[in-house]
Amino acid sequence: MNYKIENIKKIIVTNPLKLDCGQTIKDFPIAYETYGELNKKKNNAILIFHALTGDQFVAGDNPITNKGGWWTTAVGPGKAIDTDKYFIICANVLGGCMGSFGPKDINTKNNQPYGLKFPVITIKDMVRAQESILEHLKISKLLSVLGGSMGGMQVLQFCALYPDKTFSAIPIASTASHNAQQIALNELARQAIMSDPLWNKGNYYQDKKVPKNGLAVARMAAHITYMSDKGLQEKFGRKLQEKKDYEFTFDADFQIESYLRHQGKVFVERFDANSYLYISRAMDYFDLSKQFKNGLSEAFQNHNTKFLIISFSSDWLYPTKNSKEIVIALNASGANVAFAEIKTDKGHDSFLVDEPEFLKTIKGFLDSNFEIFKNEK
Amino acid sequence: MKNEFKIIANLLPLQSRVLDVGCGDGTLIKALIKEKDIDARGIELEEDKVKECISKGLSVIEGDAETELSQFPDKAFDFVILSQTLQAFYQPENVLAQLLRIGDKVIISIPNFGYWQIRASLLFFGKMPVTKSLPYTWYNTPNLHMCSIKDFYHFCERKKIKINKVIGINGEKTSSIYRINLEMKNLLSEVGIFLIS
Repeated sequence: MNYKIENIKKIIVTNPLKLDCGQTIKDFPIAYETYGELNKKKNNAILIFHALTGDQFVAGDNPITNKGGWWTTAVGPGKAIDTDKYFIICANVLGGCMGSFGPKDINTKNNQPYGLKFPVITIKDMVRAQESILEHLKISKLLSVLGGSMGGMQVLQFCALYPDKTFSAIPIASTASHNAQQIALNELARQAIMSDPLWNKGNYYQDKKVPKNGLAVARMAAHITYMSDKGLQEKFGRKLQEKKDYEFTFDADFQIESYLRHQGKVFVERFDANSYLYISRAMDYFDLSKQFKNGLSEAFQNHNTKFLIISFSSDWLYPTKNSKEIVIALNASGANVAFAEIKTDKGHDSFLVDEPEFLKTIKGFLDSNFEIFKNEK
Repeated sequence: MKNEFKIIANLLPLQSRVLDVGCGDGTLIKALIKEKDIDARGIELEEDKVKECISKGLSVIEGDAETELSQFPDKAFDFVILSQTLQAFYQPENVLAQLLRIGDKVIISIPNFGYWQIRASLLFFGKMPVTKSLPYTWYNTPNLHMCSIKDFYHFCERKKIKINKVIGINGEKTSSIYRINLEMKNLLSEVGIFLIS
């Protein structure tokens, strides 16, 4: 982490928050960003939840990395989630490293960074921490909550916790319960980080020797899971990286190798290794059905929220099957639900890239629901 | 909106809970919500039509009614609508059983294979009929299980399904069908609409 993060918007959550692990935290920061303007009736607000490695900088430029926000394909003036029309809120998750309370923060008790002393958090903890922002902005009911991947888990959790605080909800390429394969892949990433000697049981903040290699490998492995076999083949195939033939070494001969190395390298510049451990752990613990005696459908009983579930045909990390389980639970509880599987070769990452059919569907859903929500009040 | 949809809409009370199976582009659902404040949902097989519905703000799920109706609880809806698709399922009998399970009442419309033009086509020309309500030719038709109004009427009786109402449609004209005029209406109706439970 080479970036200065002092100048970003944050609130201090003063109410004590009892975490799922049993510990209680209070007076902690949650960093957030907003786009567009909140209208007078406060009925045009949309809360976006970011994925594992995302942050609060959804649209425009990320002032910390000086690159574009992570969802500029979908969010901005005139875009599917139109900032000329809607007020967009996105917070950095609890445990994150973009200004929200996380393992790299200093523990005032001993003036040391928390490291592994940071409490293990869950998706539910993240959502409850972020809800304080709605209170801060005095928004009683959102037009929509949406997010992809881990963002989708937060969407489901938000709806289960606060059924009256949103008119609609869009969990994208997500799941209500992390399965064995998803946990396995997260464990692979965590082991890559923890095997780096510089990780040093999470104590690496003082001497600035961060476990870059381990974190980069974690990112490389994860990045493969975000793309489809076909997508990879079409983009890279067996193409060589700026060379005519094999070099018979272990350098990056193939373009795909070079691409993954690059992804790893840029990632470690902006992300904290311990945050990766904590956030991925939160995903593994996510099983919404476990929070309710009668399973997942009880989570959505007597809800008026309008759900739109979206999956992508080539997403093998959070496949359509996972989304259908959500749809089935929603239907079983009589909830109001729409569902579409978008046909695409772009894998799990489809929600982040320019996928016109997906963006069109989101836009139509939001715009038409805004018309209904507006007239309801 | 086509005549058939108008008749179906008239059968539905205000603010009821309705599932339109094979809802297409959502024309009927949209009208039901707007005109009768009905809590209308849909299920549709074709992705493009599903996306069109979602863009209109309609609660439509992409799915195959042949296999996916089981996710709805018993009597989840006051009415379940199936417009001119029963004949396209592999196992219409099973689908019908599901419709009756999830809906208090079921409205089914069927393209009537007993309509005189269809009979005439086969009788006089010896060719599979192609009409306005059955526009396909034999090699590309999705219709696997064609039946007549009379067939379906007898089927309901045999299966002890209660027939609450039957309406025949011929162009813009509609008429009630009873046991007593079944033969005649089976000949003169292009489409039959059954309200069963």
